[in-house]
Amino acid sequence: MKWFKPRHVSMATLRNSFDRRSLVFGSLQAGVGVLLAGRLGYLSVTQNEKYQLEAESNRVNLSLIPPRRGWILDRNGAPLASNRADFRVDAIPERMTDPLATVAELGKLLELSEVEIRDLLDKIEKSRGFAPIEVATGLDWDRFAAVSVRLPDLPGVVTQRGFSRYYPTGCTVGHLVGYVGTASAEDYEKERNPLLVTPGYKIGKDAIERVFEHRLRGKPGARRVEVTASGRIVRDLETREDDPGAPVKLTINGPLQDYASRRLGPESGAVVVMDCTNGDILTMASMPCFDPNSFSDGIGRLEWKMLADDDHVPLRNKVLRGLYPPGSTVKPMVALAFREAGLDPDASVFCGGGLRVGNRVFHCWNRRGHGQVNMAKGIYQSCDVYFYHFAQKIGMDKIAEMAKHLGLQQEFDLPVVGQSYGTVPDPAWKLRKYGKEWADYDTVNATIGQGYMLVNPLQQAVMASRIASGRKLMPRLIYTGKPQNAPSLGIPQDHLDYIHQAMSDVINGPGTAGRARLPIEDVKMAGKTGTAQVVGLNISSGKGGPWKYRDHGHFICFAPFDKPKYACAVVVEHGGGSGAAYPIARDVMTFLFDPHKALEMLHGFEEGWGGTAQERLDKRYAAYAAEYGGNAPAVSAEEEKEKVREAEESPADDQPIVNSAQSPRPEPTAPAPAATPTTSGAPAPTASANAPFIPLQPPAGTGQ
Amino acid sequence: MRSRQFVPEAIGRQPWQVLIPLLGLVSLGAAVLYSAAGGHLQPYAASHVYRFLVFLVMAIVMSRIPREWYRELAYPAYGAICVLLVLVELIGGMGGGSQRWLNLGFMTLQPSELMKPGIILVLARFYETLPAPMTASWRGLVPAGLLIALPAGLVILQPDLGTALAICFGGAVIMFLAGLPLIWFLGAGAAGVVLAPVAFFAFLHDYQRKRVLTFLDPENDPLGTGYHITQSKIAIGSGGLFGKGFGNGSQSHLDYLPEAHTDFVFATMAEEWGMMGGLFVLFVFALVLSWGLRVALRTPDRFSSLLAAGMTATIFFYVAINLMMVMGLAPVVGIPLPFMSHGGSSMMTNMICLGAIMAVNRWYQAPKRLG
Repeated sequence: MKWFKPRHVSMATLRNSFDRRSLVFGSLQAGVGVLLAGRLGYLSVTQNEKYQLEAESNRVNLSLIPPRRGWILDRNGAPLASNRADFRVDAIPERMTDPLATVAELGKLLELSEVEIRDLLDKIEKSRGFAPIEVATGLDWDRFAAVSVRLPDLPGVVTQRGFSRYYPTGCTVGHLVGYVGTASAEDYEKERNPLLVTPGYKIGKDAIERVFEHRLRGKPGARRVEVTASGRIVRDLETREDDPGAPVKLTINGPLQDYASRRLGPESGAVVVMDCTNGDILTMASMPCFDPNSFSDGIGRLEWKMLADDDHVPLRNKVLRGLYPPGSTVKPMVALAFREAGLDPDASVFCGGGLRVGNRVFHCWNRRGHGQVNMAKGIYQSCDVYFYHFAQKIGMDKIAEMAKHLGLQQEFDLPVVGQSYGTVPDPAWKLRKYGKEWADYDTVNATIGQGYMLVNPLQQAVMASRIASGRKLMPRLIYTGKPQNAPSLGIPQDHLDYIHQAMSDVINGPGTAGRARLPIEDVKMAGKTGTAQVVGLNISSGKGGPWKYRDHGHFICFAPFDKPKYACAVVVEHGGGSGAAYPIARDVMTFLFDPHKALEMLHGFEEGWGGTAQERLDKRYAAYAAEYGGNAPAVSAEEEKEKVREAEESPADDQPIVNSAQSPRPEPTAPAPAATPTTSGAPAPTASANAPFIPLQPPAGTGQ
Repeated sequence: MRSRQFVPEAIGRQPWQVLIPLLGLVSLGAAVLYSAAGGHLQPYAASHVYRFLVFLVMAIVMSRIPREWYRELAYPAYGAICVLLVLVELIGGMGGGSQRWLNLGFMTLQPSELMKPGIILVLARFYETLPAPMTASWRGLVPAGLLIALPAGLVILQPDLGTALAICFGGAVIMFLAGLPLIWFLGAGAAGVVLAPVAFFAFLHDYQRKRVLTFLDPENDPLGTGYHITQSKIAIGSGGLFGKGFGNGSQSHLDYLPEAHTDFVFATMAEEWGMMGGLFVLFVFALVLSWGLRVALRTPDRFSSLLAAGMTATIFFYVAINLMMVMGLAPVVGIPLPFMSHGGSSMMTNMICLGAIMAVNRWYQAPKRLG
């Protein structure tokens, strides 16, 4: 009280005040002491449990061990896709403080090339931060250890011993089994599974890998480790093993798949082989292809440029996505339709090189004519006039019905990512699509597999297997080992026998593909050639000239012809005619009966081509790396999507209207009267429907 | 008391009732530092004990210096430290950055540390000479205020908020104990409440402002500046009653606890020794501080009692701010815990304070025992 009033201050009062105030100050200290002791008790006794938990969650890091992916097996249990033990390094961009410096350091430690460093920086830039990016896999111990010991100085870098996907036959199974890759941001958003962003974990990106993702995935293991604040692992606490995914067994015959892919050589094409007894697909080869092994770590700039520059469209699975005018390979089917409609096979027509319908002449591929032609000759000589003539009589609807019955324009129930099913035109379809009446020349075109007719190689193989077996076989890709009790097509056996004989004559008789004969004593193959034009004669003869103007080569076949076991379809894009296709079919079929003989032949070819498909792909990559180094332009995400979309797009979507008959193309082994000078000098094409001769339109968006 | 006959006088006269618990505290500190270094004496524990012993000798020497010397040296010492502070400022300015220390060759010296006991000494001297009636007038306030403001200003420029606060706190405690009218303190407190927000926005650096905000809501920024407080509370809280055991502190060993061997050494200790260890630390500080106050109260003359009380206040300030910070009751200010944190400067300051209290203790013990 008295402190507040002005008063006389002496040394004595000051001493008093000091004593009092010291006590105040002392009690303040005691108060703070009690407060601190209370706080200490609160934290370490009352809140003990909470903080113990937090300390534990600091200390212990639970990390998922990516499960080993289920294998993809061929019908005999050989792996088409397996896993191999692997030392790997990943980077998590979000946790990187200085990506440039870290990548430079990694580049030094891992001896990365300039291209790889460029790609890595691209991926870091594009990524969404939390998703791990693969830096390197398949490292040797020295390089792995070099990175591991420097982890504290490399924030965001993760080293792991794990497993990575391995495709033993590389690029020959790319389209068939697909590939794996790190989950994209969209994948993660769809399925909020922490496994997806675990470093080293890959999901299926295409084909079988994608369709069977959940079956192949398995259950992740877990590892509890003690970590420091900076994430360095101090020691392992506890580990639960992963539970590997279930295998998927395909009907594919692995060696045959490999053989067929390699046998396609430098061509762009597809080979499908089916078992005609049960519908199992033994081979689905589409070349050229990418290497799924190198796709798994993401697609690098250089790799991308290489694929994008390739006019053979390596990204398209031609077996399912490639649509082609089937050319004359439809003739056995058309002949069956004729029989079905009651046509006597011995009914014949005279082929003088063309057929006049009204005031128009439709040419046979053989301008000199085949003379008197019955059904068998129509098939083995591939006489167009025979088919023009009787198709006019029988009508398109019957033919279209048979075509669909045999599998054309059908989508099959297969575990694949997409199928383009093409077109089997008929009058109703044309009216619906173009609002125009069906015309004579439409029938003419369709009976020789041109015009609007578009099929994919799988459908051709199914057609071959159905003709061979007489049963409505459905193609199968998943191995069951059980027979397929396919219902009969309802085609009388004598019809089939007749067609089989005619198809055998194509090869073993006076037909168009004598050189397709199997080099095996007692196995006779039956087949049918097909050559489909890509551009009109006024642009190119289809045999030589620029690659993209050359004719497509087709061949369908089955063997043995009297007791069909295997059916096969081969398409060679712009192969210049069926002559490019049937040698491949012959060798693939040979492989089924005598692998050694077939391989000998292949090795001979591969010497000329410069190695196996994989070797040529690797060489090509090396050449690109040498030419462009790290300077290939970056791939934007949109560009990548656009390119993939383009590759998947079916050409059928933008089929232009056809206004005239298309010229059939010469079959290879016939005495070759190539394009006559009269047609090359033909007047400019007119759209008029009654133009007398054959002014050729560039044909309906036939695949590239 | 009879035992004194058997021990030399220089040893027997020391305030062992304080020094022995203190030795225990330093040993505990050394043990914690040993553990924090992953079970090694280097680099912390050995030098901690070594420095304590060296500075203990210094404190004993200080305790033998007569009172007159302290009185005579008060102003020159204050002036010298101020010169050093300016020097540090100049060197820092030339180097293009802030610098708090001078390199003396054998050790680095932080003049601001010396100023903590220095301000106590000079103010004790000032109020001793100030005629009693003037204490309640402006002549009791303004010169003392200037004596505080000069070094505090220089230190703030460094910038070192913690040390500046310590200097101001020491000065304010001396003014309070010297008998300045209470109304001034209440007024200053009121003004402080008003001006604190202004100062907060106008004078504090960004990082300091952030620390204050973080203190108010540490969970808001658990990985940024709130990280220190959160991790410290986890360390203390997870220790429980008896701790995780010597060498088993995961928070400090796995680097979750920042500054585990300096500012947050108490958290490191509490994690391994638990609440019992913490109470022991508080108990030893209570002994030391209450002894310091008792010495001040026992001392008849004004200079000596102000000196002893001021030195006690300085140690108290260190202890209180550090422990409050570590337990999440105060913002993160870089103030170490006396006798436990690793660091030469703070050990030196605290031992100077201790030495000064021991000296005061001795001035009024000796005649009594002789008589």
